[in-house]
Amino acid sequence: MIWGVLQFPGSCDERDALHACEIHGDGARLVWHESRDLDGVDGVVVPGGFSYGDYLRAGAIARFSPAMEAVAEAAAGGAPVIGICNGFQVLCEAGLLPGALLRNAELRFRCHQVELVEEDTGERLSIPAKHGEGRYYAPEEMLDQMERSGQVAYRYADGHNSNGSLRDIAGVTNERGNVLGLMPHPEHAVDPLTGSTDGLRVFERMSKVGDFANHGLTKSPQA
Amino acid sequence: MTVGTPKYRELGLTDSEYELIVEKLRREPNDVELAMFSLLWSEHCAYKHSRKLLGKLPTEGERVVMGPGENAGAVDVGNGYAVAFKVESHNHPSAVEPFQGAATGVGGIMRDVFAIGARPIAILDSLRFGELDSVRSRHLLDGAVRGIGHYGNSIGVATVGGEIYFEEPYEHNCLVNAMCIGFAKIEDMVRAAAAGPGNSIVLMGASTGRDGIGGASVLASAELGEGDEAKRPTVQIGDPFEESKLLECCLELLEKGLLVSLQDLGAAGLTSSAGEMASAGGVGIDIDVAAVPLREADMEPFEIMVSESQERMLAVVEPGRVEEVRAICEKWQTGSATIGAVTEGGQIRILRGDEVVGEMPVEALVDGCPLYDLEPEEPEGWIYGNRETLAAGASAADELLALLSAPSIASKRWAFEQYDSIVGSRTVRRPEQADAAVLQLPEAGNAIAVSIDGNGRRVACDPYRGTIDAVLECAQNLACVGAEPLGLTNCLNFGNPEKPAGAWQLDRAVSGLADACTALGVPVVGGNVSLYNEGPEGPIYPTPVVAMVGELPDPAQVAGNAFVGEGDAIGLVGPFEPNLAGSELAKQRGELGMGLPEPDIASVTKACETVRAAIRAGKLSSAHDVSDGGLAVALAECAIAAGIGCRVDLQHLRERGCSPEEALFGEGPGGFVVSGARATLEELGATLLGEVGGKEIEIAAGDRSLTLSLAEAEAAWRSLDLA
Repeated sequence: MIWGVLQFPGSCDERDALHACEIHGDGARLVWHESRDLDGVDGVVVPGGFSYGDYLRAGAIARFSPAMEAVAEAAAGGAPVIGICNGFQVLCEAGLLPGALLRNAELRFRCHQVELVEEDTGERLSIPAKHGEGRYYAPEEMLDQMERSGQVAYRYADGHNSNGSLRDIAGVTNERGNVLGLMPHPEHAVDPLTGSTDGLRVFERMSKVGDFANHGLTKSPQA
Repeated sequence: MTVGTPKYRELGLTDSEYELIVEKLRREPNDVELAMFSLLWSEHCAYKHSRKLLGKLPTEGERVVMGPGENAGAVDVGNGYAVAFKVESHNHPSAVEPFQGAATGVGGIMRDVFAIGARPIAILDSLRFGELDSVRSRHLLDGAVRGIGHYGNSIGVATVGGEIYFEEPYEHNCLVNAMCIGFAKIEDMVRAAAAGPGNSIVLMGASTGRDGIGGASVLASAELGEGDEAKRPTVQIGDPFEESKLLECCLELLEKGLLVSLQDLGAAGLTSSAGEMASAGGVGIDIDVAAVPLREADMEPFEIMVSESQERMLAVVEPGRVEEVRAICEKWQTGSATIGAVTEGGQIRILRGDEVVGEMPVEALVDGCPLYDLEPEEPEGWIYGNRETLAAGASAADELLALLSAPSIASKRWAFEQYDSIVGSRTVRRPEQADAAVLQLPEAGNAIAVSIDGNGRRVACDPYRGTIDAVLECAQNLACVGAEPLGLTNCLNFGNPEKPAGAWQLDRAVSGLADACTALGVPVVGGNVSLYNEGPEGPIYPTPVVAMVGELPDPAQVAGNAFVGEGDAIGLVGPFEPNLAGSELAKQRGELGMGLPEPDIASVTKACETVRAAIRAGKLSSAHDVSDGGLAVALAECAIAAGIGCRVDLQHLRERGCSPEEALFGEGPGGFVVSGARATLEELGATLLGEVGGKEIEIAAGDRSLTLSLAEAEAAWRSLDLA
C-alpha cells in the first residue's frame, strides 16, 4: 500500500514517518498542507511536530488546512489514518478522534523510551515518546463508552504513563477503527540501530484496516 | 547616557579607535556609521584581542571542506557528503534572560549551519552555572534547558548530547554554548562571499524590529554587573516556527541553485552580514533601509542596520531569478524583500530611498579594527575561591557517593529528557548511552560521533595543560565509540583579556589547544570567542569548550558505556596517571590550587587508537573514559548504566606509586575502562582490574577499600532533579 505523509509548515517528523512507511509499505510520499488532493494514496500519516508553530493550541490551526479536509473525507471513506503526536492532536482538534491532549502533568516536555500495551492483543511495544502536551483527556462517560466499543488502542504499561493520561491511554481509534491517534512515535521505532523495531507493528495494524477499506469492508469488532 | 561622555565611548569604542575611524573616513562618522562601526569593531565581531593568537591553530587537513572564516566548518565524510559544525556562545544574553538567551543561541547556530547549505541534524550544548544551591543558578539552569528544548524540539533537530558543570565562578556569568551539526551534499554547499555587481540583495525571513539593538557591543563585549535588568530589551526573542520555515526555504533555494551566496543575520544584524559578505567577495553593497520590512514603522536607519531580530537570512540573487526566489519564500510563508544590490568599488552605502544616510569603505568597517596584543601575566597562585563541602574523615564509600551526587558528575537525565534526541532517525546512541553521540549517515554509508568537552576547573589550574586535557578527553570519547577525529571546533569562554591574568589564561589555553590539535593531527575548522565573562566577584574559570567530530565505518559496532554481561573482565587501557590536582574530590575538600601534571599526548593518542580498533572489530562489551571523579566514578557509571555490579582491585595502580585515594578518585587524561573477554583485554595490553557481576560496587584500594550497593550508588547518581 502507498502511504501519504502530510507536511505542514512546522512539521518535524515527516521525513521519519516517510522513511517508516517506505520500510513498511510499498511506497510513501509527502502531501503538502495546501493540497486538497491526496494524490491516490491508500492511507495517511499525520506526523509529529509543531504544525504552524502550534502557538495557539496544538493542532488548532492545522485542522483547518486543505489537506486535512481531504483526510477527513478519506477517513469517512474508510481509509487508514494514523496521527502521531502532533498528528494525534490535529485529529482530535479535527473531531476525527475523541478526546483531547493536555499539557503533561509535570508541565515539561519529555523524551524517553516507553512501553505500550496493545489493548486487543496484550502485546508490549517499546517505542519512544516525546511531547509536552500528551496527557490524554476525555470525560468519564466518553472513556467508558470508548472502552466498551474497543476504541482504546494502546495504553502505557505500568510505570510508563509519565504525562498523566487518563486511564493510561496512549492511543485511541475512531469507532470504525480506521483512524488511529497515538502520542508515542512508532516511526522512530523501525530500526534496531536507533532503538527498536516495535513501531512497525503499528503500521502493520493500520495497513490491515486499509485492506478492509480497499475491499469495501469495515473493521470487524475484534479483528 | 552620562552627560559629557562622547557617544562613541558609550558605544564601547576607545578614543584611539574613534580617531582611527575618523582617519579612515576622512571625516567624523554620522550616527548610522558610528553605530555600525561600534558593532563591527566590538570584541564580539572583530576578535580584536584574540585574532592574533588564533593564528597558532592548525587549520589544514585532507578532509577539510570549509575552514575558519566561513559560517561553519565542514569535513568530508565520503560519498560526496560533508558534515558541517560550529559551536557558539550565547552567554551574556542567557545570564540576563536564560530561556530566550539559550533558545536564540540554538537558533543562531543553526542558521550558521544552514547558511552554508547543510541541513541541521543535531544539536549539542555545553552549559556552565554556579553551584546548584544558589537560587539564581537553579533559575538559569531551568530557563536555559527549557529554552534549548523549546527551540530545538520545535524545529525538529535532535539534541543529542552535551555537558553541564556547576562551579562557583559561573554564578554571575553562566555559559551557554550551543553546537549544531549539519549534513550536506558537497556540491550543494555555498560560501558567504557576495559576488557579481548588479546582483540583488534579498532579505528573507522575519521582519526587523527593535529587539537586540546594540546586543553585540552593550551586551557581548562588556562585563556583567549592576543594571543587567535594564539590558533585557537587548535580548532577542526566538521564534522557532519562523526559523523552521526559513530553514526549509533556504535549503530548497540552494538545492534549486537559485542563490549566489547566503549569510545568516546574527550579532550586529544587517551591518555584519552585509559587511562580511561584501568583504569576503571584494565588492561593495548598497542597502536601502526603506525596503526592509519592519515591525515598527518609525525605526531609524541605524536601528534597522543593527537590529538583531532573529530568523533572518541575507542572500545574493541574480536579478533574473528574484521572482523565483520570492515564489519559494511565499510557498514557505516566509518573508522576502529585495533591499539592495551588489556594487563595484568596495563601498557599503546605506540608503533611505534616494537619500544616502551612510557610506563607508567595506575594508575599514570589516577589517579595519585594530588588533591588540595581550599583556599576559601569570597570577600569583589560585585566584578563585575554595569551598569545603566534604566532611573531614569521610569514608571512601561516602566520598564516592558525594562524587556521584555532585551535580557536575550526576546523571543529567533531568535535562536531556527535555530534549528531542531522536528526530531525524539518525541517533544511534542517545545521551548517556555512550561517551559520544553517534549519528548514522546512511547516505554516506557510515556514521559520525560527536563529543563536546571543557572542564574549566582543570583549565584554571593550568590553562595550557588543562586545555590539552580537554582536547584529549574529546578524542577519548570518540575512541570509546570507535570514531576517528576528522575536525575540531571550539568556543573560547574567558574573562577580561585586558587584565593580565585573563590575558595569561587565554594565551596559554590557545597554545594548549594548538599543540594538542597539532599533535593529534586534528584540524581546527572554526571557532568562536567569548571574552569579558566576568561578574562583580571576578572572572569565570577559563573555559575553552572543544567539540570534535569523528567518523566511524559501522554504527552497528558501537559499544556503549554500560557493562554488558556478568563475568566479563574489566580492564584499564591507556597511560592513566591519576592525580588529585584539579579533581572533583579536591574541589569538595576545598583544596584547589595551581598546577596539573604534564599530559603525554603521544601515549594517549596511541591508547585511543587501541580502543578505537577494538571497538570497530567488535571485541569490547563496553568502553568508558575515565574523567570527572576518577576511576571509582567511571566504574560506578558503567555499573549503574548496566544495572550490574563489579568487583575490582586497584592494586596495580598502587604498585605504580598511586595512593589509594589517587587510584580511586584521581583524574587525568589517558584512561579507559573497558570490559569484555579476559583474553581480549590481555591482548589489548589492558591492566586487568576485576570483573563484572553482582549487585554491589566493590573496589579494593588498600585502607580506602569500599563496597557500595548498586541501588545506593544509583540513587546518588540520579539525584539531580529540579522538578
